[in-house]
Amino acid sequence: MKRITAYFVSLLLVLGNLQFAAFGQANKELLIKNATVLTAIHGTLENTDILVRNGKIAKIGKNLSAGSGAEIIDATGKFVTPGIVDCHSHTMIDAINEGSLSVTSMTGTRDVLNPTDIAIYRALAGGVTSANILHGSANSIGGKNTVVKFKYGHPVEDFPIPDAPPGIKFAMGENPKGTNFSRPGVPPRYPRTRMGVIETMRDAFLRARDYKRAWDDYKAGKTKVPPRRDLELEPLVEVIEGKRLVHAHGYRSDEHLNLMLLADEFGFKIATLQHGLEAYKIAPEIAKRGTGVSIFTDSWGYKLEAYDAIPYNAYLLWKAGVVVSINSDSDERMRRLNLDAAKVEKYGGVPEEEALKMITLNPAKQLGIDKRTGSIEVGKDADLLIWSAHPFSVYSRVERTIIEGETFFDRAKDIQKRADLAKEREALEKLDVNKPPAAGGTQPRIPSEHRLEERDDAEFGDGGNQ
Amino acid sequence: MRFGIFDLGFLIGIMGKKILFTLVVCVSCVALAAAQNDGSEQDQNGRAGTFVITNARIVTVSGATIDNGTVLIQNGKIAAVGANVSVPANAEKIDGKGLSVFPGMIDAGTNLGLSEIGLGVPGSVDVAETGDQNANAKAFKGINPHSTHINITRVNGITTVMSYPTGGLIAGEAAVIDLSGSTQAEMALVPEFGLVINFPRISTFGGFTPGVGRQTIEFSEAVKRRDAQLDDLKKVFREAENYARAREAGDKDKALPYTPVNIKLEPLVPYIRGQRPVIFTAERERDIRGVVKFASELKLKAIILGGQDAWKAADDLKKNNIAVIYTNIYNLPVQDDDAYDYLFEAPSKMQQAGVKFAISTGNDGPEIRDLPYHAGLAGAFGLSKEDALRSVTLYPAQILGISDKVGSIDVGKMANIVVADGDILEPRTNIKYLFIDGKLMPLTSRHTDLFNSFKDRK
Repeated sequence: MKRITAYFVSLLLVLGNLQFAAFGQANKELLIKNATVLTAIHGTLENTDILVRNGKIAKIGKNLSAGSGAEIIDATGKFVTPGIVDCHSHTMIDAINEGSLSVTSMTGTRDVLNPTDIAIYRALAGGVTSANILHGSANSIGGKNTVVKFKYGHPVEDFPIPDAPPGIKFAMGENPKGTNFSRPGVPPRYPRTRMGVIETMRDAFLRARDYKRAWDDYKAGKTKVPPRRDLELEPLVEVIEGKRLVHAHGYRSDEHLNLMLLADEFGFKIATLQHGLEAYKIAPEIAKRGTGVSIFTDSWGYKLEAYDAIPYNAYLLWKAGVVVSINSDSDERMRRLNLDAAKVEKYGGVPEEEALKMITLNPAKQLGIDKRTGSIEVGKDADLLIWSAHPFSVYSRVERTIIEGETFFDRAKDIQKRADLAKEREALEKLDVNKPPAAGGTQPRIPSEHRLEERDDAEFGDGGNQ
Repeated sequence: MRFGIFDLGFLIGIMGKKILFTLVVCVSCVALAAAQNDGSEQDQNGRAGTFVITNARIVTVSGATIDNGTVLIQNGKIAAVGANVSVPANAEKIDGKGLSVFPGMIDAGTNLGLSEIGLGVPGSVDVAETGDQNANAKAFKGINPHSTHINITRVNGITTVMSYPTGGLIAGEAAVIDLSGSTQAEMALVPEFGLVINFPRISTFGGFTPGVGRQTIEFSEAVKRRDAQLDDLKKVFREAENYARAREAGDKDKALPYTPVNIKLEPLVPYIRGQRPVIFTAERERDIRGVVKFASELKLKAIILGGQDAWKAADDLKKNNIAVIYTNIYNLPVQDDDAYDYLFEAPSKMQQAGVKFAISTGNDGPEIRDLPYHAGLAGAFGLSKEDALRSVTLYPAQILGISDKVGSIDVGKMANIVVADGDILEPRTNIKYLFIDGKLMPLTSRHTDLFNSFKDRK
């Protein structure tokens, strides 16, 4: 209803936007002076300076000084937090579901990253610096993830975090069983029930275990012929060996519990239950296994399996000792994850720092990148946000987004550029190729419509088994 | 399983120690808690009575904020407001120390009550009637007074919404309801508020072809189709005009041939006479200007719903006194080269241009409770905090024609009142008391029920 097709835009303008990002300099020293620093690990530090050198946090303290040539930012009255880590995103991928089979572990989001997606820039403007780029939820076993930093304006190979442990997307419930979507002319696909989904997964793991045994036997010299490589099963062997993290989309507590039992059977641990909107019902079972949960704070009720979601979920899981993160699963929501973290204080009274961790350190832990990002500590990557007010205030704005010492969003510069962009647009619109038909031009190029609601489960979203 | 709002065990669980401390040191609060726990459970639709909130910061919205004042609630109305108010002896006292009193918030653009679960449960969805001409589809007749979304929305401080149907060219009649009541009639503030028209726009979408995907049509063809739809719309309105005149003439002169009631045209009569507003959904500047032209030509009283680019058509809107119900805060800018904060800034641009507007979620149920954060985000990007608050209280009340009843803390208005421990637009603020129509509402919902069921599971 609200989606509007932009029909008039020259794609050249998209490229024009790239210039926003081109002003960062990674190796310059950067000194942020006199900020209120929310470290997300050691409390809040008033009137504190942060010195950034070679992309790392070099010093945190009072009255720090920097070498000549350093950029100095006066952050008096402002707040600094770690960059936000979004543990569930489909931003910057040009294909989301390989919708043919229900087990597509051979595929990977790394192959479809689009570094020019404008959603990256908008996410930066909302403070997101790292994200878990996942497949959609059409398939029981969706494919290999990519953990990235949003280095907008850089070449695509700069985006993946090189030492992030690999992961894979699983999905349970309405989406993989194809409840809410159908493609005209395409017959329904197995599985169609929750019974079928868990058996699809079990079947894949039985095959993976046998495949692993075949390789183990070969390596031990028990067999002479090497097994044929199987790109579907290789990632699942890595899962069994604990080398690949499973991020499992699901809603109902019973199906997430069944998945954890399946993992018990095959001797591995689920890294994160994604969405897990009913996870509060099985908090002890989750806590016992050390599995993380990555949720929406209070998004609920958009489909039947989200009907028992409650905004106290984060609180109850936190109280049970579970590592909780709050994700967006949406290019739109991604821009306001700070407010979703703030709500956790309201619904249950999670302390401020614990709430902040849910969008910084906790997702970093869940993704295995907490050694380098997620909190403000000496030696970590300088992934920092400067806010105009407390990040949990609705009136707060991100003023700067810094990744590894390099500025990728600067509100002041963004505003400065707007007049130039408007001029550029005006000039482009005058070109013959862009003239509207009413003014004697030809049929304008129609850019593909944006994925407005990226949530796995939105009506037109990725999950869409489309 | 419901429970009283002053159940201390519950508060310990959900509010955390800091707030519990405030509660414990607040002697009168504890006394009140004891008094209210006498009855085991409150009526789901609230408890009537005479209530007085003292020592509170009163954000009247219509006038100056009173730093330390009293609000008296009697017979469902705001009976007195001010620094010095004489209080009847029988009034139940609420110590408002450290708390702020706000008018209940109003979302002027929802489908609340018409949809329970939007995806995959069609039996719970009554938002869009089929066909193009649905003037006689009344939201008032479709709203489920027992939808879980009602409690969940109101416990975040939203007390009134406009709920509207969406299907077809003429989608039907929107209703304005309070979020309390056991029947549609008990909820209704304005049962037949306005007629929703999905204003025809140029769309090059040409449907899906199996195996091929999305099809597009020529732009010129899209323009033709839009114009044809506009002609259809005009024709319907002219027919309604003729129909109304025939009916009136027949009433006066029984010798004339009888004009039977036409169920599709009859509901249009108050609109062609300008007695009620027509709500046009429109986003782009071109379409909004189109609405203005269309409404002037047919002498309709218009409201824009959506209004993404409304500030660009400010001149037209101002000249014709057309208000905007803006539903685009939680949306992404449409064009890649739009400024990242384009849609956050739009309300402040409307304010500067003198366009009357309200901020709305545009949501069908689950996320209407985010209304304060929609307004707050506009407050972060140009709108003053005061106007941000007005954009979800007084401004929607004015646009919905109910500002004599709700939208501010003024004597004589309905007591739709929220008492909170901070700025109501901030996500960390807790709602402490809620009144709708002068009744003290339980702060319970499906969510607190489920919380209670599972909070102690080991």
